[in-house]
Amino acid sequence: MAKSRDLCRRIDRSDGFATLTLDLFSGSPNPNPCSYSRSAKRVRVSCVSPAAAAAEENRSNPFDSLSEEVLFLILDRLESDPLDKKSFSLVCRSFYAAESRHRRALTPLRSGLLPAALARYPSVSRLDLSLCPSVTDAALASVGGALRSSLRSIDLSRSRGFSYAGIESVAVNCAALVEINLSNATDLSDAAAAAIGRARNLEKLWLARCKMVTDMGIGCIAVGCQKLRLLCLKWCLGISDLGVGLVAVKCKQLRSLDLSFVPITEKCLPAVLQLPHLEDLALVGCLSIDDEGLMSVKQESKSLQVLDMSNCQHVNHAGFSSLLSKTPGLREISLAYYCKVTHSLASSLQKLYNLQSIKLDGCEVTTSGLKTMANSCRSLGELSLSKCSGVTDEGLSFFVTKHKGLVKLDVTCCRNITDLSLASITSSCTSLTNLSMESCILVSREGFRLIGQHCHLLEELDLTDNDLDDEGLRAISGCHNLSVLKIGICLKISDEGLIHVAKGCPNLQELDLYRSVGITDIGVMAIARGCPLLQIINLSYCTEVTDYSLRSLSKCSNLNTLEIRGCQVSSSGLAVVAVGCRKLTKLDIKKCYFVDDAGMLLLARFSQNLRQINLSYCSVTDVGLLALASVSCLQNMTILHSGGLTSNGLAAVLVACGGLTKVKLHSSFKPLIPKPILEHVEARGCLFQWRDKPFQVELEPSEVWKQQSQEMHV
Amino acid sequence: MVPERRRPPEASSKSSCSMMSESPRNRKPDLPFAPFDSTNLWCGDRHGRSFLEFSPPLVTQSSGLFGPDRETKSKKQHEPSPVDDPVMDWNPRLMLSNLSFLEQKIHQVQDIVRSIISHEDQFLDQANELAAQQQLVTADLTYIIIQLISTAGTLLPDIKNALLSTNPAVGRPGSNQKQHEILPVEVAKASQYDSLVKDLNSCGGNEDELIKCSNNSGVDASEPIPIEDHDTKDNDDGMDGENLPPGSYEVLQLEEEEILAPHTHFCLICGKGFKRDANLRMHMRGHGDEYKSPAALAKPSKEASIEPQPLRRYSCPFVGCKRNKEHKKFQPLKTILCVKNHYKRSHCDKSYTCSRCRTKKFSIIADLKTHEKHCGRDKWICSCGTTFSRKDKLFGHVALFQGHAPAIPMDDAKVLVTSDKAQVSEASSGMPGNMGYNFSGNTSLDAQSPDIKGVDDGHGCFSPMTLDACNIWGLAEFPHSAYEVSESTFSFLATGSCSSIQRNGEN
Repeated sequence: MAKSRDLCRRIDRSDGFATLTLDLFSGSPNPNPCSYSRSAKRVRVSCVSPAAAAAEENRSNPFDSLSEEVLFLILDRLESDPLDKKSFSLVCRSFYAAESRHRRALTPLRSGLLPAALARYPSVSRLDLSLCPSVTDAALASVGGALRSSLRSIDLSRSRGFSYAGIESVAVNCAALVEINLSNATDLSDAAAAAIGRARNLEKLWLARCKMVTDMGIGCIAVGCQKLRLLCLKWCLGISDLGVGLVAVKCKQLRSLDLSFVPITEKCLPAVLQLPHLEDLALVGCLSIDDEGLMSVKQESKSLQVLDMSNCQHVNHAGFSSLLSKTPGLREISLAYYCKVTHSLASSLQKLYNLQSIKLDGCEVTTSGLKTMANSCRSLGELSLSKCSGVTDEGLSFFVTKHKGLVKLDVTCCRNITDLSLASITSSCTSLTNLSMESCILVSREGFRLIGQHCHLLEELDLTDNDLDDEGLRAISGCHNLSVLKIGICLKISDEGLIHVAKGCPNLQELDLYRSVGITDIGVMAIARGCPLLQIINLSYCTEVTDYSLRSLSKCSNLNTLEIRGCQVSSSGLAVVAVGCRKLTKLDIKKCYFVDDAGMLLLARFSQNLRQINLSYCSVTDVGLLALASVSCLQNMTILHSGGLTSNGLAAVLVACGGLTKVKLHSSFKPLIPKPILEHVEARGCLFQWRDKPFQVELEPSEVWKQQSQEMHV
Repeated sequence: MVPERRRPPEASSKSSCSMMSESPRNRKPDLPFAPFDSTNLWCGDRHGRSFLEFSPPLVTQSSGLFGPDRETKSKKQHEPSPVDDPVMDWNPRLMLSNLSFLEQKIHQVQDIVRSIISHEDQFLDQANELAAQQQLVTADLTYIIIQLISTAGTLLPDIKNALLSTNPAVGRPGSNQKQHEILPVEVAKASQYDSLVKDLNSCGGNEDELIKCSNNSGVDASEPIPIEDHDTKDNDDGMDGENLPPGSYEVLQLEEEEILAPHTHFCLICGKGFKRDANLRMHMRGHGDEYKSPAALAKPSKEASIEPQPLRRYSCPFVGCKRNKEHKKFQPLKTILCVKNHYKRSHCDKSYTCSRCRTKKFSIIADLKTHEKHCGRDKWICSCGTTFSRKDKLFGHVALFQGHAPAIPMDDAKVLVTSDKAQVSEASSGMPGNMGYNFSGNTSLDAQSPDIKGVDDGHGCFSPMTLDACNIWGLAEFPHSAYEVSESTFSFLATGSCSSIQRNGEN
């Protein structure tokens, strides 16, 4: 007992242990079990000497001496990777049992596995059914029966096939239920809402796109679930002022309320603003709210911090100013696709002392408006001017010199800004961590060099479709914290620049090189060596990329998304990646003409976590596809123009792949696949998308693209 | 009082009517027998006399009503009046002076018309002035006609007698105290014409109302005090927001008989009763061509009173009622109409039963009709079993009571799917017009929407009222203050409406 308590303490102290070796056989009372190395998180629980173990065969299992407390502490450290827990549970019976009792979150791949999973894991509190396209009432009833006291959260946002009866069995039986996500349940009616209303302790509820729920249903929820803190009614078209008003009367604990696209008017706003704890309010696309209505609202809300009024097309600065004067505590405002940001609107921001973030995506921003905004606000941390027209060097420069603490800046598609803006941005906002400036076509290569020279704290940088060159990349490689780098459609960059990035940015996790055609294997190999944490890489249409790149990328064991459309890779390269990158979940090999069945066989064998694959234009036949069907996680498949495919093979694959949710096929197959099979697959929750695209023969796609893009830039 | 009582009843009635007939433009509004409506009541009470004080005599037809002050007043008025009453007996000199006066008057009118013609261009852009002139001409002409008739009338005793025999109920107003004391017989004859003259005057001149008088000899002697009837409902509860400090208004209390009287306007010739003044005027056409003139048919409009009217509020005669002035938390009623509807609703039998549901009973037929429009269509149901015809009512109810929830029929969930759709479309289609739900006083306003509709329908009957009365009426129907006070709160349902909801539930 003393030993295990001692172990507990040690595990507690070893905060970020990566390898833990427990010596269970040496008689030493104070073993030193822990050795640290933060880079690779693995746990090795081993018998120190197998020979000794064999000798002691008659004695009880040595692992039994570890108390559950110790095992739980170890399991607590294994949250990051589900595969680790799986390995853990395979050690021995007691480990298996401990893992079963320890597990709190469950994400079954399909509802058929639910009974077994529920039997194995009795204390699951979070049940995520978003991978199960079809969940029956019976399955929900079994959930309600099995997780009676432990279930706190259930996610049914991607599921169909259940009715109010299933929801009721969960809501009534699981007294501890705090969260329900019923988004996208478009066929659920008020009866289901009434069933939710019986979950008295509910705190978070998502009902996005529950279009059939009316005021009556939401009224039942309001009366029944008075502890609600978060309510999302986005796209609930059946709900009006009455329902929202009742929610505001009954659920006084509400913190977050999403009323986006709900046909409400200003009539319910006084009640909503009266909520004493309301912090987050979304009114995106509420077209029935207009200026006059907003001006008539007299209710103040001191607690409101986040307001999203994007796409409210009938609200102008008068109404908006009136609302802002009632909400002095705002921290974040989103006004995307709001008509025009002028002086008068910007000056209404003056009273908001806590304002930190403004999002004005897609608005028309005048220079005077931007200047007034700069003067009105105290110190903004985040500004988004994505796709704003009217942003000039003058306005932007003025703004950034006033707000030197800016951390996130988005000037995507601000086509009027030049190096002048960039000079003032880089000289004033040296603490920038996120910078998005896709398609700022007037900024020259000199401007991009400034980014690397001044903003060393950058973590995310989007320079897609710009005049970036290798010198610029070399400067950017000075941002050592960079984790996301998007340099797609930068035609002037080459391997040289990438090598600099690989040397300077070891933390890079996402790299986008879409159609940056100057890249070859050398650059990719450098990246693969220099950035071992890489998770996402997009090399689509980098036509110089071959199997060599894939071989090097196979060393990045965290890689989960690989897009290599139109690259000159073959099955052997793919096989190496499949073996090396076990976490691969998304794979796009469209137009990789040389990938054939051999690649599929190996992929199916090693990439058991694959969820999404695009096989269009590949040389895959029925055999390869059938092999792929054995990947149990596979959900999303796109197969267009794969020459060797027959309808029979396809039908077999569809039946064999139990977890499919979305399949994109050529419409010529539709009449060829037997209807009962299609119906059966659809009943399991799979959506078919039939496409009728003609077969495209691209002789030199990269050349065509090069020409097109050069013409565009000239 | 004493000398009045000693006079024969006929004489007293004569005297009262004569006062009305004389000098219509100068007549003060403090006539004792002003028609019993909200406008004239205040006038009649200018001297602070409580209504209670003089209403019983009215009911019992006592002539004591006509106080001595009136007598002196009428004399006083009579003397400076530029136009003398038509002479009762045949006096050629008087006749001559009358005729010459008429001649002068006609010349005057001619002058005015001429000036209108000559200034036509200027009037084009001063429409108000033109209208004023026209009014002047009309008034003068009317006056001339009246004078002609009354002057001629003294020469035709036969017609007088005929009129007298056919209309026994008509009031026989005298004209002049002195005259009918000296010539009592003559007065009786002449009074027929006086009544005509009076009617004409009151219709065509700037009189405020058709004057009705309950005289001693009339058939309608037994009729209770006439009350002007507007066939709309009051909003008893809507006035709660009016926070008049006690003492800032006068309190009047009507008796039950007065409140429940069916008619408020009576024909002076045949004594028939009417609810509306307009109907009386239509009826009067049957009594002769003189009632068919546009002036006679026009709505009487009230003279703008020179003195500001003191605030009047009403008390319910039912002791113990909150609307009774003896009540600790007395809340006065705003208009006579409010008194009538309140009394009927609260203290009378509910004799009208809905033929459809056979449970709901009403004491006011308009309420029944309103109910019947919606009866059987209550599809909004609360978990407590209460049904509502309107969704906002249900939500107001649910918001108010803890533990109540909108009820959804669980057994026919399949049906619900379709009906839900219908509701959605209904809700969305109904929304733009009927966004009336804002958890506040608006709801109580909603409750009155049928009433408001009724008001619109019966608007004609309000039109005789002048500005003051209209203001009062408007206040009563739209309790602005109440609305604003409760706008931001959710405890908005007035106690009255809550209890009514509960009653509904029990039913």
